Amino acid sequence: MSSEHQDHTDEITHEDDLWNPGHRACAGCGPALAMKYVTEVAGEDTIVANATGCMEVVSTPYPESAWGTSYIHNIFENAASVAAGVEAAYQSFDRRKPDEFTSMDDMNLVAIGGDGATSDIGFRALSGMLERGHDVLYIMYDNEAYMNTGIQRSSQTPFGAETTTSPPGKESVGNDTHKKDVASIVADHGVEYVATSSIAYPQDYKDKIEKALEIEGPKFIHVYAPCPVGWNFEADKTVELARLAVETGIFPVFEMEDGELTDVRTVKDRKPVEEFLEHQGRFEHLFGDEKDEETIGEIQSFVDGRAEDLGIDG
Amino acid sequence: MAKAEETEDETEILKGTSAVAKGVMSADPDVVSAYPITPQTGVVEKLSELFADGKMDGEFIKVDSEFNAASTCIGASAAGARVFSATSSQGLKLMSEPLFTASGMRLPIVMAVANRSLSAPLSIWADHTDSFAERDGGMIQFYAEDVQEAVDHVLLGYKVAETVDLPVISTFDGFILTHVQEPVDLPDESETSEFLPPRDPTYTLDPSDPKTMGAYARPEHWMETRYEVHRALNESRDVIAAAVEEFADVFGRDYTEYGGMIDTYRAEDADYVLLALGSIAGTIREVVDDYRARGEKVGMVRPRIFRPFPAEALRDALAGKEAVGILTKEVSPGYESALAGEVKAALYSADDRPAVQDFIIGLAGRDVTKDEIAEMIEETKATEREMDFADEESWPQLRDEIVNEEVDFK
Repeated sequence: MSSEHQDHTDEITHEDDLWNPGHRACAGCGPALAMKYVTEVAGEDTIVANATGCMEVVSTPYPESAWGTSYIHNIFENAASVAAGVEAAYQSFDRRKPDEFTSMDDMNLVAIGGDGATSDIGFRALSGMLERGHDVLYIMYDNEAYMNTGIQRSSQTPFGAETTTSPPGKESVGNDTHKKDVASIVADHGVEYVATSSIAYPQDYKDKIEKALEIEGPKFIHVYAPCPVGWNFEADKTVELARLAVETGIFPVFEMEDGELTDVRTVKDRKPVEEFLEHQGRFEHLFGDEKDEETIGEIQSFVDGRAEDLGIDG
Repeated sequence: MAKAEETEDETEILKGTSAVAKGVMSADPDVVSAYPITPQTGVVEKLSELFADGKMDGEFIKVDSEFNAASTCIGASAAGARVFSATSSQGLKLMSEPLFTASGMRLPIVMAVANRSLSAPLSIWADHTDSFAERDGGMIQFYAEDVQEAVDHVLLGYKVAETVDLPVISTFDGFILTHVQEPVDLPDESETSEFLPPRDPTYTLDPSDPKTMGAYARPEHWMETRYEVHRALNESRDVIAAAVEEFADVFGRDYTEYGGMIDTYRAEDADYVLLALGSIAGTIREVVDDYRARGEKVGMVRPRIFRPFPAEALRDALAGKEAVGILTKEVSPGYESALAGEVKAALYSADDRPAVQDFIIGLAGRDVTKDEIAEMIEETKATEREMDFADEESWPQLRDEIVNEEVDFK
């Protein structure tokens, strides 16, 4: 076959997909990859409890559903509690109605929320689920703002980023806070397994999901998932940007087990944060006629501090 | 505190909250998730004790808030579990957001609500402002007159909730019923299991047959979903009527009047009728008896159920009366009482409409005495305002000396 451009689309099969094509995610959507990978590892014997947000809206416009697993969505801030309720029901069924329902041993419970649904408005539900020890894997997909409502800042929006509620201006550098360290807060609940990962490293992410699902009790994965629309970059650069975030130390990839840092993805010759920032419209104001060295310096210094704390430089 | 004593007919003297908890025990829920709040706390405490003693063997979620009590019940109910929660006042408000979704998602959930006023000012005492604020959430609402009903309504609630796939709140007045000790016939588990076999869920989340629950609906689908909730509430009247019949057969307690929708007392030949919800009915009965002893035809009508609204039963019971006095422990600020508004709307299509006077009384636990009720009967007798929709409600208990003399908007 000779052709000027290779077309492999006929080689793609969706036969066994549990995150099915036809969902309404934007081209280049990072979170959609995070959903695809989690269903690939968790498998069909899974119940997903999703929070309101992009991955909810794109996947379940009635009467369609992209989910091949069992799936429930209730409201924005209670995915962890809905999952906890499902888990309690199954604990009860295991003892009282084992013939009527699938055993907890033969299935996975996964709660999913975006960064806002998880670390802001759903924080009470998350904390309660973790503290009570429900057997649930919580996945926080982090696209660093409230994208479903049109790009408003969350506690995961990085310093200096422009969102519609952190616009740069005469008196504003953009967002004026650094990311809330949710992984450490979760680990401080006594959660046995906490990890961060990125859609740029699917095998790392999938290995962590697999490891987490083997553990009984609550477990938490924070997955970094760029949003081309909210961050304002070309849709074919999603994976590249996610990788740059790790290579610049912007997004550290690590595991915490029983509260201790047990694994860190080290970065050789860590790149300056500018290499990550300059590709995105949300940081464009830092690179105007006059470069905003002060804000870029502030971001670099925060990243350097985290890199040192975590031992990222290899 | 008096010790619970067992008599020959298995009647126990029990505190209201303990009695409700024991009624819940007999329903054998798979999952209980509740958070403490005055005056409901006795329910969650007694349930905790029953779980600790191994008398209940489902899952008890020691939850972090009422918000997540409702949220965990939603998850558990979607999974196919029989679930229970209990709350009051601010707790019900905190539940409100997830609770409103339970009807749209057609999830049966039964909750006991110990009625208490809503802040501000802060108050822990009884009125009906909390459950009335949930009126439009698609929940069936029961109101108990005494502790026995507070227990029985929970069982009836399960029967109805799990038949029509809707949430039910079973209310009983804070302190007046939660903290009183009354003789109660507790349902034994064999009776309850006859009346209430284990839940047979319409749908579950079981991975053996994957389902998507909680999809979002666009304008071309949403209206039909809401219509179906409305229709299910309306049709639940027949389910309630069947449930009270069966309840009477199994337990021997008869709530079958008007298909379970309303309860009447000496109302049939009455010229004047007082209408009220909940525990105040006990005091009204005594005042009615006093009037009857003097040969005056006074009676009482008490809706057992507020949603679905018993409009037809009320028309039947109240049409042709001289006047109806509505005694209500809630107000819809800006336009009289919500209960009175609905009763008047129901009577609008009656052939022979009575005059109606509504009285806002007993807010935040203010006692309502027999003398005050007698005065309201006199005021009702004097009213000639047939279906006067614009007229003002009466506030007979208002302490004028502490109300600011005039409104002064700057």
